Formats: sequence, structure tokens, C-alpha cells
Amino acid sequence: MMEKVAQMIAITGAQAVAHAMRQIEPDVVAAYPITPQTPIVEYFAKFVADGVVRTEMIPVESEHSAMSAVVGAVAAGARAMTATSANGLALMHEIVYIAASTRLPVVMPVVNRALSGPINIHCDHSDTMAERDSGWIQFYVEDAQEAYDLTILSVRLAEHEHVRLPVMVNQDGFIISHGVEPVSLLPDDVVKKFVGELKPIYPLLDTEHPVTYGPLDLYDYYFEHKRQQIEAMKNVKKVFPEIAQEFFKISGRKYSFVEPYKLDDAEHVMVALGSTNGTVKYTVDKMREKGRKVGLLKIWMFRPFPKDEIQRYLTGRKSVVVLDRSASFGAEAPLYEAVKSSLYESASRPLLSSFVYGLGGRDITTENIEEAFEKSISGELVTDHEYYLGLRE
Amino acid sequence: MAEQKGWKDIPIGGTIVEAGSAREYKTGDWRVLRPVYDRSKCIDCMMCWFYCPDLAIIQEDAVMKGIDYYYCKGCGICASVCPKSAIEMKPETDFAEEG
Repeated sequence: MMEKVAQMIAITGAQAVAHAMRQIEPDVVAAYPITPQTPIVEYFAKFVADGVVRTEMIPVESEHSAMSAVVGAVAAGARAMTATSANGLALMHEIVYIAASTRLPVVMPVVNRALSGPINIHCDHSDTMAERDSGWIQFYVEDAQEAYDLTILSVRLAEHEHVRLPVMVNQDGFIISHGVEPVSLLPDDVVKKFVGELKPIYPLLDTEHPVTYGPLDLYDYYFEHKRQQIEAMKNVKKVFPEIAQEFFKISGRKYSFVEPYKLDDAEHVMVALGSTNGTVKYTVDKMREKGRKVGLLKIWMFRPFPKDEIQRYLTGRKSVVVLDRSASFGAEAPLYEAVKSSLYESASRPLLSSFVYGLGGRDITTENIEEAFEKSISGELVTDHEYYLGLRE
Repeated sequence: MAEQKGWKDIPIGGTIVEAGSAREYKTGDWRVLRPVYDRSKCIDCMMCWFYCPDLAIIQEDAVMKGIDYYYCKGCGICASVCPKSAIEMKPETDFAEEG
């Protein structure tokens, strides 16, 4: 397992993440199966069973326990990971907040799936959007390669001394997790050198320096600890580009807060999260052949939200369509709301409109995207009216 | 309670980085009722010492010496278990001027 050169293999997004975990080789993985996340932990469990990694694998009885075991392991001074989806993430919810507020650098691949009910196993972003204020850094990836890359990169980001925050690497359920794509794997030793060793802060196993994790924290200090979390999120803005640059050196692949696609002369821009960006890119190419000046702003990092990049890339455009794969009942959809508020100070605000699509795994087609673009170009859309793509009236 | 520090000067994550810090935590100011001890009635049976949940009964060589008001929360268990009614619970407001 010490290949010296990058290896291109055809694997699913779940397998790509399992390989990233194999190369990271965390001390502890505690997980519970849930569709469509299951294959990540299934493939990883095989690496453990085959003796490929020395990771301590804990098959727990629920996701609440999975995150609790990971919190305990990281507090002890170990590098620990888990993975989940939808209702599993919802069951973790309490401990998801505790991992962030206790400042434990967990990396958790999440395979996006619609939250119940009614029960559904297919992709939308309602599960991770419910955790957007939990204090975790959130990435949304377009394909299996990005899932692999950002899982590795996130270890460094989470553990950086000025960050010390957990990271969710979100990939679209089935579309990415079960779709087979060519993925370039870095050599094992390159990944091991890149992630390095975890440098624990206040490890519980350092019995020479006893510490207390999770004590009662009332009106006298809780507020100060929240302010520290806010600062750590701000620090991500400075630290992430540095780590992304290091990752570029070992992989040749560039990551940032956002990815602009054909934006230089674009008058009409779409903004999206996840695998739909691939469909939008294809549609942008097709529409450009017909002379339409369209482009895409893909959001890689949703938390902390890349407000500066939103302003830089969207100010002065004629129209912007924001696609959301989750709804916020009684309020604006999450990505739309964040983009809109980021543009409040812009001198030249574009005509902004909101489309919700793909709930419960409803397919989004190039025709859907072209329809949204054409409506936006024609100026017939009303800002703050929520539109729906692919919904039957 | 020690002087309160700002967010830049405390360990992250709410972690307490030294052992035994609970000793510094004054729980006496939670008290509404104060146990008042009458030495003349006390037989040093140590029932109050056994039962006190906050280790707030002061004794030396099995001789009752008084109550540690820095920690005593005023729960009244000592007064309840005392076989000689040597401990009486009085409202803290009676002692307001003493501080």
C-alpha cells in the first residue's frame, strides 16, 4: 500500500471517502450504518478487518453513540472519525453541537439524504442544513474526487491550532455516493505526510495534566466560549487558503471557498451546492453555444459562509439564480437567504431569484436549469418569490 | 470567585485545565436558609457530618466544630438528622446585615 504515484481508479463517492479514511488512518472510527452512508463505513470496516489500517473500529448502537464515542476519543487525544446521513445526523444532533463547542477537530463525511418524513432515502440537503448553525465547518462537493480530496484536506483544517473545529464533508446521496467515477488517489505516504500527526490540546490521557471536559458553563463564561467559536470560524477564512495551497502542491487540484465557472463575462449567474453544479456546468456550456452569457458560482464551503467571494463574484451581474436543495419552511431557502444577505452592501445588486429543487431525490435536468436561466434572463422572475424546479402543480 | 476573564484569556471549549478547581467554587451564596449550630445541645454524634452532601460540617477528631458557610447550600439535612435539635434553619435575611 505504498504506491509512489497517483492512481486513477473507477470507484463510487463512498469508496473514495473510505480510501481517504484508509490513508488518514484515524485512531478511532465509531459509526452506525444508515443509507446512503453505509458503504463508506462498510468499505472502511473491510480495511480494518483485513489489517490494512490499525484503526480501532467501534460498532455502536446509534448515531448519538457514534458521535459521543468520537467526542470521547478526540478529547482523549486521538484522531477520530465517523460518517452518517439524514436521520442518523438528526439523532446525533445534540452531540454534533457538543463536538463543535468543545472544540474537537472531528472530520465527518456526510452523505446527504432527505430528512423524514415522509421517509425517503434519496438526496436533498435538509439533513446538513439542519446543522448549519451547529458550529461545524461545512463543505458540499460536486463529485467523488472532491469528496476524497476535501476529506483529506479537512483533517488539516479541523486540527489547525487557530481553528480546532469539526468539519462535515457533504456529498449528495446516491448521485455521488453510489455513482462510479474515475478518481485519482494520492499515494498513501503523500497523504500520511500531508495530514501528519494530530497535536492534541489538553488530552484526557495526559494524566500528568488532569483536565475536565464538558463542565457546567453558566452565564459567567458560556458567552465567552461562544465568542471563541465565532473567532475560530473567522480564522477558517485565513487558514483554509493556506492549507488548500499545500494540498494543491501534492495533488495539482485547487480548492477554494467557491469555484467560479465561466464567470468572466457572465451576465446571468447560477449559484448552487453539491452535484447539481456538474449539471449546471454542462447547461452553461450548451447555452453559451447559443450565445447566452451565463455562468456558475459553485459554493464549496457553506460554513463559514464565503460572503466576500459572493460579493466579489456576483456584484454587478444582471441576474442571479440561487438553487436550494432544501426548504426553510416559513422563510427563505438557506442558500438563497445567505446569498441575499451577503449582497446587502453591494453597490450594484443583481436581480436575485430563488429556486428550490430536487427535494427527496427528485432529478434535476439540464432542461430544468435552462428553464430557470431563461426565466431569469427574460427578467420575469420576482425577487423573494420562491420558485420550484421539477415540481408538479 | 476569581476575577472573570475575557474570551481571549480562557482555554477553548470550556475545558478546565487544572485539577481540583471545584474547591474554589463558592456554593454558599446559593443558600436561602442558614443552619445555626448550638454547641450546648451537641453530643458530637457526627450524624450531620455523615449526611452533609457538601462536606460543609467542620470537625476535628470527631468533635463538631461548626459549619463551613463557603460551601453550605442550606439544604437542611443536618438539622433534619440531628437527634438533639442542635441545628436550626434560619432565613438568610436574618443575617443580611452581617453580609
